[in-house]
Amino acid sequence: MGLSNIAAIVKRELYGYFNSPVAYVFIVIFLGLTGFFTFMMSNFFEMDEASLSGFFQWHPWLYLFLVPAAGMHLWSDERRLGTLELLFTMPVTCSQAIVGKFTAAWLFLGLALLLTFPIVMTVAYLGNPDYGVIVCGYVGSFLLAGSYLAIAGMTSAITRSQVVSFIISVVICLFLILAGWPPVTDMLVNWAPAELVDAVSAFSVMPHFANIQRGVFDLRDIVYFASVIVFSLFTTGIILKNHAAG
Amino acid sequence: MIKVENVYKWFGSKLAVEDVSFEVSRGEILGFIGPNGAGKSTTMRIITGFIPASKGKVSVGGFDIDNEPVKAKSLMGYLPENAPLYANMTVYGFLNFAAEIRGFHGAAKKKKIEGAISTCFLDPVRHQSVDTLSKGYRHRTCLAQSIIHDPEVLILDEPTDGLDPNQKREIRNLIKSMSRNKVIILSTHILEEVEAVCSRVLIIDRGRKIFDGTSSEMKMKSENAGALTLEFSGGSAAEIAERLRLVDGVAGSEAGDSSNENVTVKVTPSKQADRCEVRRKIYEVVKNQGWNLSQMKVEEGRLDEVFYAMTKNDAA
Repeated sequence: MGLSNIAAIVKRELYGYFNSPVAYVFIVIFLGLTGFFTFMMSNFFEMDEASLSGFFQWHPWLYLFLVPAAGMHLWSDERRLGTLELLFTMPVTCSQAIVGKFTAAWLFLGLALLLTFPIVMTVAYLGNPDYGVIVCGYVGSFLLAGSYLAIAGMTSAITRSQVVSFIISVVICLFLILAGWPPVTDMLVNWAPAELVDAVSAFSVMPHFANIQRGVFDLRDIVYFASVIVFSLFTTGIILKNHAAG
Repeated sequence: MIKVENVYKWFGSKLAVEDVSFEVSRGEILGFIGPNGAGKSTTMRIITGFIPASKGKVSVGGFDIDNEPVKAKSLMGYLPENAPLYANMTVYGFLNFAAEIRGFHGAAKKKKIEGAISTCFLDPVRHQSVDTLSKGYRHRTCLAQSIIHDPEVLILDEPTDGLDPNQKREIRNLIKSMSRNKVIILSTHILEEVEAVCSRVLIIDRGRKIFDGTSSEMKMKSENAGALTLEFSGGSAAEIAERLRLVDGVAGSEAGDSSNENVTVKVTPSKQADRCEVRRKIYEVVKNQGWNLSQMKVEEGRLDEVFYAMTKNDAA
């Protein structure tokens, strides 16, 4: 029953996405940008390497803007249209609704990611890449997108305004990228104990993403991404229930 | 079927619903009326489980809305205020989602969707995008999702809001036809709708329940309830009024407007008197005096007068 509820919600969401021009515009822009960054900025051909590292290395930065844009409508639309009142008076639990909407958006991003397959075909044609590393790269990228998306969903539950949701989620995701970066840790290093500085650095997405890109499936990295997603979804639930309780 | 017990709801420091209790059984159509901001929609949202009550209990079909929300919600169909709909979908697509969420699949699901479309007269717009629907169709689409699973309980928040007179009629007839083995709660600002459709009326004012009874009982509360307007062809109004004032049980009697040969006298029975008795006595007097009585109208009392009297302090 629970799973069929989630499936119904996923179906509805995807149906809504593809019935609006926004989805197609998003996919085209995503593919255009990844292509541009890979071939132009990474000097793909000059590098003469049969790998997609020049493709994947941009994803944390591309996702920084694209994923909040994809996720900013998730809950703010429900509140704006009033359909939240429909959804939460139907026989679904809050968790099923949150998981359903997140899964649909994540699948949509996954589809956009899958549509970059011409790049894989390019590198396969031109050389002899390590396909294991490429698969790892896609999985890591998918997890990264999911993490940003969960955060974007959380911020969209806070506000009715998509713009505010977008800005806040970009800031949070930016923090996650920069957490281990010297200019950020320098702010803490002078007064905080070493453990705190280390803890804040550990929040950063970059080391975990880089690990997976190397073709290593470390449980710790999977746990990191899973934790970000689970924590954000859980917080989304709290925010939504709080709104209802007044 | 629905039991609301001592429900309170605070929004911050504002008390929106104060100690509201009532029960509704199968076959009843309960009308919620009250000034804007009185707490009608909030009460409905608490019953449907959208908002939790701050205090008190609500149970639907024996299931507590807080402890067993999914079971309770599966028994209910809800039409929220403003008839919200998901964007970027056709009417059919939207009802498809509603049916799936209610647990229908395959052929059974198709049947339910077709049933809802025909009941709510949505056939002309079944493949139209919800974004382009007129207000009437939007309402009916949202109503369709509330009845698609043939729920035992229907909660309708202003179901005829903004509809044209014909559409209002359609919806009211639909509601009446469905009421036989369901519980229906509807809220409205249209008092005539209450009379036409509802078997019971609940007035909510500033969060409190101030009346619970039938619309006839409500009308009887009017100052004018039971008043008689007598029309005579010929005679002196003042004289007739004078004589009738003496009848046992009459509180007041006054001459009304007279036009041509028609003379009108208005007689108000006292609150404690048996109105049937008073009418009989008046008729006796009229007969004995030989007055030409052409018409006798019993004033039933007007709902809007009673409503105003009960809620007017809120206008401040």
